[in-house]
Amino acid sequence: MTPIEAADWGIYAALAVMAVATYAMRAGGFWLMRHVPPSPRLKRMLEALPGSVIVATVLPIIVRDGVTAALAIGVAVAVMLLVRRDIFAVIAGMAVAASARAWGM
Amino acid sequence: MTTGPEEPFPPPWTLAGFHLGARLALPIMPAMMAFGLAVGATAARKGLSFVDNLLMNAFVYAGMSQLIAMEAWPEQFTIGALAALIVLCVTVNARMLLMGAALHPWLGTSSPWRIYPTLHVLTDPSWLMAMRYRAGGGADAGVLLGSSVVLAIAWLAATSLGYLGGALIVDPRRYGIDLVMPIFFAAMLIPLWRGGRRAIPWIVAGVTAVAIQQLVDGWWFIVVGAIAGSVVGGLIDDAD
Repeated sequence: MTPIEAADWGIYAALAVMAVATYAMRAGGFWLMRHVPPSPRLKRMLEALPGSVIVATVLPIIVRDGVTAALAIGVAVAVMLLVRRDIFAVIAGMAVAASARAWGM
Repeated sequence: MTTGPEEPFPPPWTLAGFHLGARLALPIMPAMMAFGLAVGATAARKGLSFVDNLLMNAFVYAGMSQLIAMEAWPEQFTIGALAALIVLCVTVNARMLLMGAALHPWLGTSSPWRIYPTLHVLTDPSWLMAMRYRAGGGADAGVLLGSSVVLAIAWLAATSLGYLGGALIVDPRRYGIDLVMPIFFAAMLIPLWRGGRRAIPWIVAGVTAVAIQQLVDGWWFIVVGAIAGSVVGGLIDDAD
């Protein structure tokens, strides 16, 4: 088999394994929960997830990215606290991020 | 709201809920499309065909893992290269296992023919908006479907545009586009706030994630941090 033929089917094999692996993540957690008996503790664990996923995503990005990310995210949270509209929080945070990067931060 | 951990009846899936979800998704749509333009432009730069790009965005539909995969896009698709792509998609997207699990108490009684296709278009922003709607007492599963479908359509449009206009688009870092998702995420913490006691798991999640980030390469920090927060959430009882 020549490399050109390999590349032909190879890209579809790559797309297929990526699609299956990603869908397994999307559907797998939901599917697994069918086999876990419900309990008040489990309910509390699941209720803690949205905030935990957010903080576990955002805090390492701030640590890695430094001042720009901290400023942009801080401003977005402050705007959200003040006006409670996510669109304004995102606009304000993006404006800070874009200007900080334009200033070479 | 307090009918127990599992809802007795299947949740409604209404058109009105779909519309509400679509409306809730509008604020994050421009930011998601900016990210999609960057992903499409990267696909063009890496030599994928227009159709390959479209297929990847329709069937993988996970922007961050696509970007990382294409940055190290294999020249030859050997078994080893395919295995590396699987490991990449699993680690970057493992948080979705938790997102799906968190949807189960609400949507577990839905027909599999509805929920499993819906899960394919599940994204971080549509999940967060649906969880926020649910935390506010809503039950209509159409909200999750509506916000997810609208964002998926916007994603296909943006990645295709980005592919075609790739040369016009510069490094996403320059305009802070790489920070769109963390900015939106952080803002969504405010409506999820239920007092300091319920924030203890969040702090544990954040500290754990930062520690894992320092110790382990890759994207494990999100899922390990979130699990740590969730476990602590399970240990803190409701007595207050």
